[in-house]
Amino acid sequence: MCSFVCWVYAKMASHAKQRLVVVGNGMAPGRALERLFETAPDAYDVTIFNAEPRVNYDRIMLSPVLSGDKSFEEIVIHGDAWYVKHGVALYKGAKVTKIDRAARTVTAEFVPSRSGQPSLQPPVTVVYDKLIVATGSNPIIIPVPGHDLPGVLSYRDLDDVEAMLLAARSRGNAVVIGGGLLGLEAAAGLQAQGMDVTVVHLMPTLMERQLDPAAGHLLQRAIEARGIKVMTRANTKSIAGKGRVEGVELDNGTRLPADLVVMAVGIRPNMQLAKEAGITVNRGIVVDATMRTSDPDIFALGECAEADGQVFGLVAPLYEMANTAAAQLVGDAAASFKSSATATKLKVTGINLYSAGDFAEAKDREEIVLRDATRGVYRRLVLKDNRIIGAVMYGDTSDGPWFFDLLKRGVDVADMRETLIFGQNYAGGIPLDPAAAIAALPDDAEICGCNGVCKGRITGAIAGLGLKSLDEVRAHTKASASCGSCTGLVEQLLKAQLGDAYNPAAVQPMCGCTDLGHDDVRRLIVAKELRTIPQLMQELEWKTSCGCAKCRPALNYYMICSWPGEYVDDSQSRFINERVHANIQKDGTYSVVPRMWGGQTSAKELRAIADIVDKYKIPTVKVTGGQRIDMLGVAKEDLPGVWADLSAAGMVSGHAYAKGLRTVKTCVGTDWCRFGTQDSTGLGVRLEKFMWGSWTPAKVKLAVSGCPRNCAEATCKDIGVICIESGYDIHFAGAAGLEIKGTELLGHVATEKETIEVIGALTQLYREQGRYLERIHKWAKRVGFDTIRQQIMEDGERRRILYDRFVFSQQFAQNDPWAERANGKDAHEFTPVADLTLREAAE
Amino acid sequence: MSALDSPWIEVCPIDSIPLRGCRVVRTRHMQIALFRTASDEVFALDNRCPHKNGPLSEGIVHDRKVTCPLHNWVISLESGEATGADKGSTRSFPVRLDKGRVYLEASVATAP
Ligand code: SRM
Ligand SMILES: Cc1cc2nc3c(=O)[nH]c(=O)nc-3n(C[C@H](O)[C@H](O)[C@H](O)COP(=O)(O)OP(=O)(O)OC[C@H]3O[C@@H](n4cnc5c(N)ncnc54)[C@H](O)[C@@H]3O)c2cc1C
Ligand code: SF4
Ligand code: FES
Repeated sequence: MCSFVCWVYAKMASHAKQRLVVVGNGMAPGRALERLFETAPDAYDVTIFNAEPRVNYDRIMLSPVLSGDKSFEEIVIHGDAWYVKHGVALYKGAKVTKIDRAARTVTAEFVPSRSGQPSLQPPVTVVYDKLIVATGSNPIIIPVPGHDLPGVLSYRDLDDVEAMLLAARSRGNAVVIGGGLLGLEAAAGLQAQGMDVTVVHLMPTLMERQLDPAAGHLLQRAIEARGIKVMTRANTKSIAGKGRVEGVELDNGTRLPADLVVMAVGIRPNMQLAKEAGITVNRGIVVDATMRTSDPDIFALGECAEADGQVFGLVAPLYEMANTAAAQLVGDAAASFKSSATATKLKVTGINLYSAGDFAEAKDREEIVLRDATRGVYRRLVLKDNRIIGAVMYGDTSDGPWFFDLLKRGVDVADMRETLIFGQNYAGGIPLDPAAAIAALPDDAEICGCNGVCKGRITGAIAGLGLKSLDEVRAHTKASASCGSCTGLVEQLLKAQLGDAYNPAAVQPMCGCTDLGHDDVRRLIVAKELRTIPQLMQELEWKTSCGCAKCRPALNYYMICSWPGEYVDDSQSRFINERVHANIQKDGTYSVVPRMWGGQTSAKELRAIADIVDKYKIPTVKVTGGQRIDMLGVAKEDLPGVWADLSAAGMVSGHAYAKGLRTVKTCVGTDWCRFGTQDSTGLGVRLEKFMWGSWTPAKVKLAVSGCPRNCAEATCKDIGVICIESGYDIHFAGAAGLEIKGTELLGHVATEKETIEVIGALTQLYREQGRYLERIHKWAKRVGFDTIRQQIMEDGERRRILYDRFVFSQQFAQNDPWAERANGKDAHEFTPVADLTLREAAE
Repeated sequence: MSALDSPWIEVCPIDSIPLRGCRVVRTRHMQIALFRTASDEVFALDNRCPHKNGPLSEGIVHDRKVTCPLHNWVISLESGEATGADKGSTRSFPVRLDKGRVYLEASVATAP
């Protein structure tokens, strides 16, 4: 007999708990399990199959990931630890292919990797007592010729976003087919990534399902104003390309070039699996008000389910389904699902749009419209029998939730008709301030549509748990934690309840240990001559006994910068990387990156590296993006040995871990290149030798290019030099990490000596003014580019003083930390304090 | 068996752990992180963060807490529980301090 069946028997025999199996790990079942674990943590043994190779995340927030405003980590709803904690078995990348209702099992196959490698894992079959089908939707692909070419994508999951980001690197042309919510969010994201975007939409106006034509036109104007082209009444005829997409052809003969095509024309409930299992389906998987399908042990929820004759595509009703199913699973027979109206917001920064309910024109309906062209405001309410049944808002959407609340509660608005359209502040004729308006909302008014959080729950949590900040409200109630469009309202609630105690615009304190901001603390360190961290905490009345992981590293840096040569570094206030001078990796090993001055190396250095790699069996050697070599996977105990060998070959720490000088990239310059105008390599080496070892608020990267072709990419560095015939253009405030930003020109100088002086002075100014973890570009934006130019380029005296201070502090900074540790410094860091592994033998 | 009548095993002098710092003790099946706070208290935790097994021994120690170096969860040294809105816990072990020496229960040497 095959082994899985034995396993099933074994499990059945030992099983007291009921087995709950979930197909699909999207937002709906994620919420259902949260509710289930809140009410009955031990009722079920849960197994989840997810065709996507990952944990549950906030699908709504894919657009901010696409536009670069958020990382995937920030939109994860349940991290791996959550599954472990609740004893949930999560099969990632496993697609359920069969439900056997007679045997009460589901079978899943592991999906091939994106590169097409078939999975080696055999299929898995598990037994269920209760089953939840939550397979979501499939994006609709219009079957025009060429729809299956590489480069034609849908917009549904993280894989789609990653593929779009990859394609966006070309900075080429993108065509988005579909001008609805998803299409426009995709277009805005791709445009933010530097693509040239055209939206092709079949209907006469954009988002016609949520907006009336007037609002649709306003929206189109706003989209076009950002440089996105919009073509309405445009029907796609075919997609062209040889081996890969090259263009889109429309009915009217127009040909649009395209390196990427995104189809966002709608979704279709994914019900194939349920249908094959003989469960009743219609537009979706048919469920009753308890979320049960035609098989009472099988529930369906989310976008795949059809309840009350409707299918849904927004999370609010899906979360209601989730709550109902969770309650039913723990025996609450009264729990039932009622569909209610939904509201939509477009999540494109700078465009405010809100729509709710039904706004088609009909005989028995009246409408109230407000247009204010100068403010770009449009509002339309549709009334039936004196009750709001639809609302569209463009420009100023602040009253959206209020109208939506009146709509859902079916309030008779006859008395406030005159002023209704002006919103809550004016309703009833008495202008209210915004806080009072929020205060006037009933407790059951919904504030956060995504998470279905009403006002009462938020105010209850603020009062009951003593919440003080937006982040705390997010952590405890989930309000404003998904799409974030209700953030303003939540802040108003905090303000209404806490009064002056809530002041989001006030100075941001360094951390919870103090009310002082970074700038105040820096000023006080100098003014009050605070010379140690304990002294500072005493004098400035820190609220904790010894700070926290946020303030201690910052204070340690401020001390180093303020008292060079005097302050004794506090290694226990350093992040691990700076404490042990190597980068910690996810498995607790370290990476080691020696300096290669200006990106140059030699046979001797390479030979030494090769020998070290062999000797310490280092698993990975990689050329970094910073023109040097990284050895990854070194055990902590081996670090001093590795360093000793590197030292012997003349190499020093590359500070790849430091809030300090990192690399100085160079190009080959006049040494070799036929276009080189100055000795860019030499200048880079001299700059690196001058500046290495310096501690700065955040990392500092430099580059020197020998001519404006800029092969060293100097114009996206913190500080960059472009050599030209007449001398050196010095640039600053570039970035190419979390943000991409070209540098600004600081000034032009004629000689290398002046270049070094300017860069030294600039770095010192940044060291003295930058807030901890603030890169040069952020600092420059805060204090003003011109202020910096004035102090460094125009005020020669000030430049000289700053330069001298930098040179002074460098004399204490340039000790190779690796050589020190190879010679025994901080030896305790690299060995266990005791080894009890042999203890058993001794007993 | 209560903590007091179990056999204790001497691990190290307290001074070999840095103030507001940590050292690791190797046992047969795990690593135990021995933390020393600013006020000379000593705590012992399994050296694995409840989040993704980050080495807590490498974190920054403040009050009776440590911040994990990998993703900044803050773990209570007393209970091993994550604090704030994060949920999870790591094992903690009894520690005895006597005349500047640190003791752990002998059973930890072989505990799974
Ligand atoms: C090794 C390397 C990747 C590679 O294999 O090439 C790398 C590896 C890491 N980078 Fe990087 N970055 C590397 C070049 C870059 C570059 C490219 C460059 O320097 O030309 C950038 C973009 C340029 C820039 O900084 O603006 C870059 C932008 C970042 C960022 C985003 C910083 C920002 O302010 O936007 C982080 C995150 C951070 O610092 O908080 C980061 C963080 C990291 C960390 C330290 C992540 C971490 O905290 O553990 C990685 C450490 C891995 C390790 O142990 O080595 N790395 N990183 C590169 C090392 C260069 C070197 O020789 O020192
Ligand atoms: C880009 C984007 C923006 C959006 N913006 C908003 C918004 O602003 N507001 C809003 O309310 N809604 C928004 N939505 C819609 C919202 O995300 C969905 O309504 C919601 O995620 C649906 O949840 P679900 O659990 O039903 O399905 P999904 O979240 O789609 O999850 C279904 C999961 O099941 C998996 N699966 C399918 N079949 C199988 C199988 N046989 N075996 C195993 N696993 C399977 C799929 O891989 C998928 O991971 C947006 C959607 C997208 C794509
Ligand atoms: S090396 Fe840099 S880009 Fe790569 S995973 Fe690490 S932080 Fe991200
Ligand atoms: S492993 Fe500790 S915070 Fe992630």
